Amino acid sequence: MPDTQPTALVDAAQPTLPTIGILGAGKVGTVLSRLLLAAGYRVLIAGSGSPAKISLIIDVLAPGAVAMTASEVARDSDIVILALPLGKYRSIPADLLEGKLVIDAMNYWWEVDGIRDDLNDPRLSTSELIQSFLPASRVVKAYNHMGYHDLDEGPAPLGTPDRKAIGIAGGDELALADVAALVNASGFDPVLVGTLRDSINLQPGSELFGANFTASGVQDAVARFPSTERGLEVAAARAGDELLSAT
Amino acid sequence: MTTGSIEFGLNSFGDVPTDGDRTLSDAETVRLLVQEAKHAEKVGLDVFSIGEHYREGYVDSAGPVLLAGIATATESIRLGTSVTVLSTNDPVRLYNEFSTLDALSNGRAQLVLGRASQTQSFPLFGYNLEDYETLFEEKLELFMKLQREESVTWSGTVRAPLTNQTLHPTMRPGGIPTWIGVGGSPNSVIRAARYGLPLMLAIIGGEPHRFAGHVDLYFRALEQFGLPRQPVGQHALGLIADTDDEAAETWWQAWQPLVTQMGRERGFYPPTRERYDLELATGALFVGSPETVAQKIVRMTDELQISRFDLKYDIGGLPVDARARTIELFGTKVAPRVRELLAEREAAADASDPGASDPDASDAPQPGGHDLYPIGSTHA
Ligand SMILES: NC(=O)c1ccc[n+]([C@@H]2O[C@H](COP(=O)([O-])OP(=O)(O)OC[C@H]3O[C@@H](n4cnc5c(N)ncnc54)[C@H](OP(=O)(O)O)[C@@H]3O)[C@@H](O)[C@H]2O)c1
Repeated sequence: MPDTQPTALVDAAQPTLPTIGILGAGKVGTVLSRLLLAAGYRVLIAGSGSPAKISLIIDVLAPGAVAMTASEVARDSDIVILALPLGKYRSIPADLLEGKLVIDAMNYWWEVDGIRDDLNDPRLSTSELIQSFLPASRVVKAYNHMGYHDLDEGPAPLGTPDRKAIGIAGGDELALADVAALVNASGFDPVLVGTLRDSINLQPGSELFGANFTASGVQDAVARFPSTERGLEVAAARAGDELLSAT
Repeated sequence: MTTGSIEFGLNSFGDVPTDGDRTLSDAETVRLLVQEAKHAEKVGLDVFSIGEHYREGYVDSAGPVLLAGIATATESIRLGTSVTVLSTNDPVRLYNEFSTLDALSNGRAQLVLGRASQTQSFPLFGYNLEDYETLFEEKLELFMKLQREESVTWSGTVRAPLTNQTLHPTMRPGGIPTWIGVGGSPNSVIRAARYGLPLMLAIIGGEPHRFAGHVDLYFRALEQFGLPRQPVGQHALGLIADTDDEAAETWWQAWQPLVTQMGRERGFYPPTRERYDLELATGALFVGSPETVAQKIVRMTDELQISRFDLKYDIGGLPVDARARTIELFGTKVAPRVRELLAEREAAADASDPGASDPDASDAPQPGGHDLYPIGSTHA
């Protein structure tokens, strides 16, 4: 069995790979760490507290990732994935994320976040909310719609028949391309599902939420969304809003 | 790694069943649970446990009362909870209830503490869901102090302080068996280890072997805290019938509408039949003939190193007869078959080179946790 190479050597061999930071060391954060480490990325990760609190978790569940504080992760990473409870988004170190690509994997889950009308507004996707909280970052939504056990079990090499897909959404072409590359490297087909405004089609209440589909399955669900109950509700709420703001 | 000894528990959430084209009343369901617990005892199962829910279709809201009734109707089966929602219970009250149950049942009480997958108790008793972590953390600290210390002094933010308090009836020394139920959050695993409490994995979807890392984490955390190994159990949903097909059909009839309703509340779409079949084949549902279910449980002893397996046999709308059949087959067929398979393997392992791999486990995805998550991080 060959020795595993120290992280530094891997980095030197693949100098172009960005460093990935993950905020949240829970179910999703540890699974994403594993996937990205396996793809050869350097991964920095934080929970809400000190690195010591999560060091054993990371040692066992995502060996190779580096536990840090949230601020250090934000500062030292090229791409930062948000994998903390959405209700706590205001604790994200916004200033340290300026100019960075930020991947929003968060969902409104009322059993964790409590009943929050601001996170459950059909007029505004939660990623739009995150983008306005991080005005100087480029926000892309990804990795939110698939259950963490499917994320764990799903990765497959590019070209595998029935490879599962992850919907991504955003407005910045370059950022989308970077996220697509990351999703691909982590073992899933990236499928563009629209802008951040459209990303409500990845949120709870949409057919894609919880979906473990192939690329064509995701595309079909995106196409169907406007005619679903949820799609109609969103369209009606947004039309009403536009009418109001026009008067 | 397996050991020959394994315990079997029957879990109920007090789901209201059907009988022919009639749905039982809540009161009838409560009385049925007593009969089912007696049935579980008769077929030799080790533990009967009930959950804690506060919504239509479930009658397990007053757990200790129900368990007390069962205690006086049974002799030997141990009685516990499949989850007590500690965050919205008062630890002092809980102690009183379970010390009384333990006295009444002559030392048969136990419980699993955790967060139910449903959270109606928070608004019902005036708690905020956002405070979940603090509530659980503080109340666990207090509850364990009450069980482990004779006279307790405690103060915190979630209830009135206690000064040199002793409660009665007092529990047996050290308290009753108290497990921590976890649903996948690594933090909760560490918490169980910190208190040296046994770990109950609630696995209700996906492939169970993905919890192997959690088991590994649990054992390593116990080691780090300088505490002895504790047992790991698994709580799973399922139904046992005479054939695989019959089991699959009967469960689907009740499970599909239930999961559809859950999805509506939480914003996900119901699973397809294809997904369901996968859950049966390699996933978290223990639905099938006695042989199928026994084989699957044996696999869990490999993959998750469990020494306790709890089957939740009731989901809303299931016919009473199907429930009774599950209990019967679980006790008379599945449990002995699992024990037989484990004993055979142990004998085979003893006879062969101790380093050789177990032939029965060769088709299992990844036995144990170590292969899945090799240790070797850059920081300790
Ligand atoms: N569960 C799923 O299947 C799934 C799938 C896709 C997306 N998601 C979304 O992913 C997010 C995480 O979900 P989860 O299931 O992984 O939850 P989880 O297991 O509860 O983990 C949440 C993690 O976030 C950390 N955290 C909290 N505040 C933080 C902060 N200010 N900075 C950094 N870390 C912080 C927590 O640390 P502490 O323990 O120290 O507080 C914990 O490690 C949620 O938004 C969820 O909706 C979940």
